[in-house]
Amino acid sequence: MNAQLRAALSPARHPCGGLRVLIEGEPCVLRCSGALWAINHRTLIVADLHLEKGSAFAARGQMLPPYDSAATLTKLEAEIDALRPDAVVLLGDSFHDSKSVGRMAATDRIRLDRMAEGREWIWLEGNHDIQALAGALDDLTGQIVETLELGSLRLIHEPQQGVRPGEIAGHLHPAARVAAYGRGVRRPCFVTDGRRALLPAFGAFTGGLDVRDPAIAGLFEDPPLAAALGRDKVHALAWETLR
Amino acid sequence: MTPAAAPATLPPPATGLPPLFADWFERRGWAPRRHQLEMVAAAEAGSHALLVAPTGGGKTLAGFLPSLIELAGRGPKPAFGPGSGVHTLYLSPLKALTTDVERNLMTPIREIGLNVHVESRTGDTKQSKRQRQRDFPPDILLTTPEQLALFCAWDGARSYFADLKCVVLDEVHAIWSGKRGDLLSLGLGRLQQFAPDMRRVALSATVDDPEMIADWLRPLPAPTGAGVRIVRGDPGAPPVVDVLVSQGHVPWAGHTGLHAIPEVYDILKGAGMTLIFVNTRWQAEFVFQQLWAMNDESLPIGLHHGSLAAEQRRKVEAAMARGDLRAVVCTSTLDLGIDWGDVDLVIQLAAPRGASRLVQRIGRANHRLDEPSRALMVPASRFEMLECQAAREAVAANAFDWEPHHTGTLDTLAQHVMGCACSEPFAMDDLYTEVTACGPYRDLAYETFEEVVDLVATGGYALRTYERFARIVRDRQGRWKVRNQQTAQRHRMNVGAIVAAATLNVRVASRRGGSGKHLIGGRKVGEAEESYFEAMSPGDTFIFAGQVWAFQGISGMDALVTHATHKDPKIPSWGGSKFPMSTSLASRVRAMVQDRDHWRVLPPDVQEWLELQEVRSAIPRADTMLVETFPRGSRHFLVAYPFEGSLAHTTLAMLLTRRLDRLGVGPLGFVCTDYSLAVWSIHPMDGLDLDALFEPDMLGDDLENWLEESFIMKRTFRNCALISGLIERRQPGAEKTGRQVTFSTDLIYDVLRRHQPDHLLLRTARADAAAGMLDVARLGQLLTRIQGHIRHMPLDRPSPFCVPVLVQIGRERVGGDAAEMILEASASDFDQSALIDEIMADAPADLEGAR
Repeated sequence: MNAQLRAALSPARHPCGGLRVLIEGEPCVLRCSGALWAINHRTLIVADLHLEKGSAFAARGQMLPPYDSAATLTKLEAEIDALRPDAVVLLGDSFHDSKSVGRMAATDRIRLDRMAEGREWIWLEGNHDIQALAGALDDLTGQIVETLELGSLRLIHEPQQGVRPGEIAGHLHPAARVAAYGRGVRRPCFVTDGRRALLPAFGAFTGGLDVRDPAIAGLFEDPPLAAALGRDKVHALAWETLR
Repeated sequence: MTPAAAPATLPPPATGLPPLFADWFERRGWAPRRHQLEMVAAAEAGSHALLVAPTGGGKTLAGFLPSLIELAGRGPKPAFGPGSGVHTLYLSPLKALTTDVERNLMTPIREIGLNVHVESRTGDTKQSKRQRQRDFPPDILLTTPEQLALFCAWDGARSYFADLKCVVLDEVHAIWSGKRGDLLSLGLGRLQQFAPDMRRVALSATVDDPEMIADWLRPLPAPTGAGVRIVRGDPGAPPVVDVLVSQGHVPWAGHTGLHAIPEVYDILKGAGMTLIFVNTRWQAEFVFQQLWAMNDESLPIGLHHGSLAAEQRRKVEAAMARGDLRAVVCTSTLDLGIDWGDVDLVIQLAAPRGASRLVQRIGRANHRLDEPSRALMVPASRFEMLECQAAREAVAANAFDWEPHHTGTLDTLAQHVMGCACSEPFAMDDLYTEVTACGPYRDLAYETFEEVVDLVATGGYALRTYERFARIVRDRQGRWKVRNQQTAQRHRMNVGAIVAAATLNVRVASRRGGSGKHLIGGRKVGEAEESYFEAMSPGDTFIFAGQVWAFQGISGMDALVTHATHKDPKIPSWGGSKFPMSTSLASRVRAMVQDRDHWRVLPPDVQEWLELQEVRSAIPRADTMLVETFPRGSRHFLVAYPFEGSLAHTTLAMLLTRRLDRLGVGPLGFVCTDYSLAVWSIHPMDGLDLDALFEPDMLGDDLENWLEESFIMKRTFRNCALISGLIERRQPGAEKTGRQVTFSTDLIYDVLRRHQPDHLLLRTARADAAAGMLDVARLGQLLTRIQGHIRHMPLDRPSPFCVPVLVQIGRERVGGDAAEMILEASASDFDQSALIDEIMADAPADLEGAR
């Protein structure tokens, strides 16, 4: 573990079961839900909700359960109730495809609006939902931006190649896998080296990409930490323990 | 399909065959067998027929003879229009059987000079040939149940099969009671609509109760008023079955039969072509490795199991057929059907698990009915010795395994409903009548059928938001039809009830890049189940395709391996056999254990071992269950002996652990064998109320709660989702890999379970898990049987009986909660020879032979 990562990780455990880390000097909590809490800015950051993924598949003939949006929103509501953030940033790919906003149930739309009440609500554009957001400018509460600066943090949907201090990104849906006692476990995870961080996908049906894939591993000069989402605890996994 | 007739010297029976056929039998020097003639008679009476006969009785010819006679008697066949269609459809569960049967069927057709056109069709058949078969149907079409499911989804299926007179189902015993059997039964129901006079003919190996298969086969109401005539073949010569006791000694514990390999090799030297059956593919690899390690005479010994590339298996089969091999180490892949050559001897190098399977395997030797087949069983442990002896007695008594009752599954029904809608519009009531005429679906409620149609249309969700995406829609008359041709095309790509397990490519790894940070996959060695590698840690060694490898890790779809430096492979999932000991065999074993007179047929060391068990603990009566408790090291053990097979034991152990946890005993883990199970804990278990502990009510909420979280449910749900068509296996263009499907179905399962726990597919998955992986019905019978009949023996040290299950600890994946398993590591060290020394210490001198 390099010095910056060691420094970033202390003090490690937050009472909620999350991990408290410093990313480019900004204190953050990696939450068990997969959300990142930027403490000093009272800002909640979630990535890759992929709302209406179920109905997107149904429209193409695979009838996945129509409950994914509701499940994702329930999780987000719980985070907002727990933290009372001043701002919520959705880190892109909040909607699964360009027609997602239209397919969303009225009740789910109302829930979204309620959550946005009394706080800043910011949609970042992602590759999946740039059209959906553009087409729903008038329908959606909140502002739509491409990137966002937050202290020394720079929020963007897709991580950029090279050294990017303070970058907080989603897009890749990182997942880590460990094995013990004859069984392997694979979980969505945060990936951070103390300089930049990748968020796991927050959506209910979103799959994962192995953190050891070059697309993720290649973003970090030294082996980063994978913080895997457990039932009520985030597990800090050293790179060497991953399978 | 050798007619394999009785010697010509017997007086020919009044054949009743047309002269053309009677002459042919005579020219070949054969007499038609009684069952062949009875099958012809059944056809003349217009009856459906089930032929039950051992291997080598000319069974396949008996199935086809009526069709050949009918085809010989017809006039010129029109090129198209009425009378130009398929006359007889043959369905085999094995692709390879269709080509084999085609070849064998051509012999009588050619020699009699019949103008009968035969063709086969499988998933491998070329598109041009398939199209030709559609335009110009052959008289006899040989294919698989999966192709039948595809036919049912054809546009125009009804007219294609309008001329169908007969359908022949081969090896029906191997397929009727599962999901493939459900789909097959529904397909038959459909064909019967297209061709109401179609006769159903099924060919089966000998089974315990042919009535069950006949009942499965029988359409209701029988359109021609005919039932199913059961024709029984004459029994063959009784097989000669021996049990090998290597150097007069049966090991205390184990699965591999390693101790007997040198003797097995010696036997191979003196025998002709030998099939060596084992129970798992990893065991096959191991035995193959061991035999070659001592193969001084370079006997040609081959390997055959399901993980090998199809091409490699074909090579081995061809070499067998040519007589180039002396032995083949194989798994159940060679259980069925085909004559691969002159097999002289069958060796069962592992517990037989069931009498029916054993008979089927023995039948591989010597496909001539009049000569006895030779078989040799090699028990790997003392309990296996009892099992082998029980199996030998069951075979001698012609006692086969009991089959459980089977109810049609709803995921397969959903697939069939979609297929019907792809073929032509259907009215709800008509299709319901058709489906409930099929054996497995007779008790299907109309409401359930409606739910299935709803599942097909929009996924069957309480939240009705998918109406506009429906896969099937109603036409003006209220009949259901497929939404559009694209949807139909996608369904046709996904038919069948076989779901392949998620597999990984096994690739040789190398380190690339200066840092050596990443392993890169190179040459591909083969494919193996993902679950196998889940149980491995980097550095673990294993054998695959005859070589020793070191596992390095999983990357994407690849399991990365390197050449192992030391050649002593560790095999993690060693004990696991897909098949648990059958119910009937288990009951024979229990009876044998309690019957001292019966012990005399066993080898002396096994007898003394049983006697020592009586001295040290107790010999349970057949109607009681023995439970031993004892301390060892810092742990406390409970070992129970239900003799009910590994699946039921595993379920029982999981549920016991939950209960023990609530009782504050601190259970740490468990292991199971086919005979017993062991649980260990922090606190003693001697004082527990065992009747309460084994109370059958554990099958209620405890089972429910545990199951919801278990990976077994996720896996079962995945299969149901794929078979029902909720999730597609194959899509136009992109091949979706098993690994990706597994991952997303887990998420879907979680969301569905929370939002609609009574969803049709969840109910189906629960029923599947209960019947399959969990063996819940059998566990229920066990718990009822032992109520008030538990014999508890508190001991101060391990008993002779508990050795096999204790040495399993540390070799196998241990059950229990992950967090607590960490503690388990310290308790896992059971050295077999130390354990035996401990048990044999101060044993009565006359029982020293048990060692």
